[in-house]
Amino acid sequence: MKKQCMVILVENNSGVLARVSSLFMQRGFNIDSLTVSSTENPKISRITVMTTGDQKIFSQILKQTGKLVETKMIFSVEPSFSLIRELLLVKFGTDHGNIEALKQIIEDFGANIIDMTNGCFVIELSASSEKIDDFLEATEAFEMIEMCRSGAIAMERGKVSYDIG
Amino acid sequence: MILNGSEILVNVLLEQGVDTVFGYPGGAVLNIYDALYKYRDQIHHYMTAHEQGAAHAADGYARSTGKTGVVIATSGPGATNLVTGIATAYMDSVPLVAITGNVSTPLIGCDSFQEVYIAGITMPITKHNFVVRKVEDLADTLREAFRIASSGRPGPVLVDIPKDVTAERTTYTPAPRTDLHERTTDVVGNVEEIAELINRAERPFVYFGGGVRLSGASEELRQVLLTADIPAAYTLMAAGALKYGERNNLGLMGMHGCYSANCAANRADVLIAIGTRFSDRVALNTSKFGHNAKIVHIDIDSGEINKNIIADYSILGDVKAVLNEMMKYIKPAKHDSWFAQIEKWKEEDYHPTDSEEVLKPHQVIETACRVAGEDAIFVTDVGQHQMWAAQYLHHVKPMNFLTSGGLGTMGYGYGAAIGAQIANPEVPVVHFTSDGSLHMNMNELCTAVSYGVPVITVILNNAVLGMVRQWQGVFYGQRYSSSEPERVTDYVKVAEAFGGKGFRCKNPAEFEEAMKLAMKEKGPVWIECEIDREEKVLPMIPAGGTVHDTIFN
Repeated sequence: MKKQCMVILVENNSGVLARVSSLFMQRGFNIDSLTVSSTENPKISRITVMTTGDQKIFSQILKQTGKLVETKMIFSVEPSFSLIRELLLVKFGTDHGNIEALKQIIEDFGANIIDMTNGCFVIELSASSEKIDDFLEATEAFEMIEMCRSGAIAMERGKVSYDIG
Repeated sequence: MILNGSEILVNVLLEQGVDTVFGYPGGAVLNIYDALYKYRDQIHHYMTAHEQGAAHAADGYARSTGKTGVVIATSGPGATNLVTGIATAYMDSVPLVAITGNVSTPLIGCDSFQEVYIAGITMPITKHNFVVRKVEDLADTLREAFRIASSGRPGPVLVDIPKDVTAERTTYTPAPRTDLHERTTDVVGNVEEIAELINRAERPFVYFGGGVRLSGASEELRQVLLTADIPAAYTLMAAGALKYGERNNLGLMGMHGCYSANCAANRADVLIAIGTRFSDRVALNTSKFGHNAKIVHIDIDSGEINKNIIADYSILGDVKAVLNEMMKYIKPAKHDSWFAQIEKWKEEDYHPTDSEEVLKPHQVIETACRVAGEDAIFVTDVGQHQMWAAQYLHHVKPMNFLTSGGLGTMGYGYGAAIGAQIANPEVPVVHFTSDGSLHMNMNELCTAVSYGVPVITVILNNAVLGMVRQWQGVFYGQRYSSSEPERVTDYVKVAEAFGGKGFRCKNPAEFEEAMKLAMKEKGPVWIECEIDREEKVLPMIPAGGTVHDTIFN
């Protein structure tokens, strides 16, 4: 089983997310994370989905999702030619633990402290999924109060244009 | 021209060439029904007993004509009653437009009376669906619905229209028809290389499905088979695409298919699957199906390629276009020893024995087929009788065998038969059913009576749920759980009580007589045929099995 990132460009209609996620559920495709956003074209929304499976499953996802009337384009994201990012927000307490050590880890990972309120600080990290996993592992010893992370979004490097009318 | 939403709806139906719709009125569609009343000279609306029957009628209308069927239902229960009918059409790629009313826009989301989110409910069983929120969008949405339903691999499309949208007024501008059943001519794949593979084959075999029928490619298929001398067998969805008795036509394949066809699939060195999807009723064991062969898969739907089995070669395109292209490269061949082997398998196949004293299922089917004639349309419900009809009818026309193949919907038959008869008033329509299936939608007899629809319903009554009981007998140690319902329904009396005609038969002579009388009737007829509860559908390959597991008795 492999992980695969896919991008689906869909018509910006109400219900389109339900249609895509319903299809994944119906056919037993895995959704590790899913992100929907607006794009440079107001008529088009961009769905980025991280999925787990084998080549046969990935091929079925591409074909079955591609068949949806509102799907304008779907493609697999090739990691070596693309930037794939997730956003992490994590809150640490400062009552115990070596705060200086934590700050060093934050610096090493290129994360930012974006808030300090009532003795807690919130850290943001925008990075690949694996790097975020590594960061969370590295900070395991500290007093984590709350954590959330976004699904992935992805973009190919260089000049790529999608002719979707 | 300024019209209200309901009048626009009817005008778009007329644009699409629709003159027949099926449905059932209710609160949310009162405006639509008012427009149907106004345009009653141009569009005939047939009201059924239940919305499920209307959906199946629209399906039967579509399958027997190739046109798009239209069904209308009100919000809430009206819409949910369509669900089985829509799912049936979806699984068998039937072009259908379902129009549902909904509560007015301000009431949506308030759990209003008869409100249901039918677009959400039908998402996985439609090719696409729409909710129309503005009357200005209505005409184009409906046009798009007809285009989607009829193009490519056909399927059902649902359009949900809130009641206020059916009343609001806007400009209606006529537009050209979009219900064009467009067949793509694009062919993607190395046809020449695959034709070469077929030319070199020693034991080629074609297995074809509903795509041949939908594409209207019977003649193209026949040309390829005759030129390259290839034996072929069909799935349930393609009965009649080749004629009964053609040398290259081995018959039905799959779970209850001909032993010869299943053996041929197993022994073939090149297996060409055309317009079909390797369903679990044909490719029962996906790792062993066609395992001696290079597998070629031809289909219009890219999603079918490598879905159930991995094909060695594939061609994406409409079957007709693909076969036309392929014929350019197919060389005349002879496979006499391969056909001789197949003849041997035919001899080893299951052959039922006739009786003059009691009614045997195969004799009922064959007699009905003979009396009704070549032009007749045959419709089935689901279960043993369906398989017997598939096995023993002499299928000769591609659009004349209507059956719920993918979903296996008991209760499909009566509505579908009524729709088919309305679409084809000049030909006999015979509805094969059973005591189990008929009890699901027998209420549609009132529809057949109201409209004088002379469907002949042949009830193979074994007093049990035959297919369930057959499986319980073979695989569950004869523990007949809930399959012997002890019903005492008097079918002749029920038929008469609804205003139809009923016959009861106990032997072949009585049945033939009843069929002949039924053919002369102007309204619906039920013919009850008592058959033995131990009758089985044979041969049979158990689920997940191979031809080596075939059960003959």
